Amino acid sequence: MAADIHPPVFTDYISNPAFHSMEAFWNKWGIQHTDLNNVLNTWLVMIVLIILAWLVKRKLEMVPKGSQNFWEVVVSTLEDIVVQTMGEHGRPFFPLVASLALFILSCNLIGILPWFQSSTNNLNTTLALALIAFIMTHYVGIRAHGVKYVKHFLGPVSWLVPLLFPIEIISHLSRILSLSFRLFGNIMGEDLAIVILTLLLPYLIPLPMMVLQVFTSFIQTLVFIMLTMMYISASLEEAH
Amino acid sequence: MRRAFLAGLIILGITLFAGLAFAAESSEGMLGVIQYTVLGAGLAIGLGAIGSGVGMGHAIGGTVEGMSRNPEVGGRLLTTMIIGLAMIESLTIYALVIALILLFGNPYIK
Repeated sequence: MAADIHPPVFTDYISNPAFHSMEAFWNKWGIQHTDLNNVLNTWLVMIVLIILAWLVKRKLEMVPKGSQNFWEVVVSTLEDIVVQTMGEHGRPFFPLVASLALFILSCNLIGILPWFQSSTNNLNTTLALALIAFIMTHYVGIRAHGVKYVKHFLGPVSWLVPLLFPIEIISHLSRILSLSFRLFGNIMGEDLAIVILTLLLPYLIPLPMMVLQVFTSFIQTLVFIMLTMMYISASLEEAH
Repeated sequence: MRRAFLAGLIILGITLFAGLAFAAESSEGMLGVIQYTVLGAGLAIGLGAIGSGVGMGHAIGGTVEGMSRNPEVGGRLLTTMIIGLAMIESLTIYALVIALILLFGNPYIK
């Protein structure tokens, strides 16, 4: 099984002893070795992002120089994206969207480096991210509209309600499926393609696929946050 | 055109039955589950790629024409096109997931 061809990762130093010493415990909960590596790589990305943010925040100045320049460009680009897509009333959602964007982008991109693994190549991570987006849209809708939020599901005419209500519920639930599967399929597909091409000819043939991997990482991040923002603004606006 | 389509269907039917006859002796009592699984995985990703290719070509063609008519909204058209392509691509990704499940985690092969 090609998923068992797992390339060596830095977190193997932690997950190998942890898995083999507590094997009965992991097997009782159905946790595989790859899940340990996946979660540890998620933590690695989080630690790297937090340390980078803390290093910049220590010395913030009015006239930026050095790494503060780079992060100001990143933050202002994300702010432009959020305000253009959601309008001015979307500013409270900027921390959520920007955190999702930076996390997903770093998780996707870090798999290109040799001793790291993209955490998003596992359905568990992408399902968690999709659930965050889903719960946020419904929480925001219920907080803004109260009980009248149900009118979003009912459609334009009252006699179509028995037909449209299940369809709307299913289409809302399928948003979780589509968000998680899109991100998982793209990143896992790229990883599998590179693994299989590496088995053919190690250092030359995977290079075009790795260029494509950088491109796909950015595009999938952009699509995820665009969809999250569109769902949130759709649940904030008035019903049909 | 119609005769070519019918001839293609007949050839496909003959291939499927011939493959079943040649392959039945390999796994007793399961009548070529592995063979049909592999065929199914290949067809899944192949047909998924056809649909995605046609749809994406149509989308990009419309975007390029729109950009040529009105270059100053080119940025917004590009963003909309990228999001639309990701939507279309996700349908092919569903087909890819089915193909991967069939090849690597088939529940019918013990």
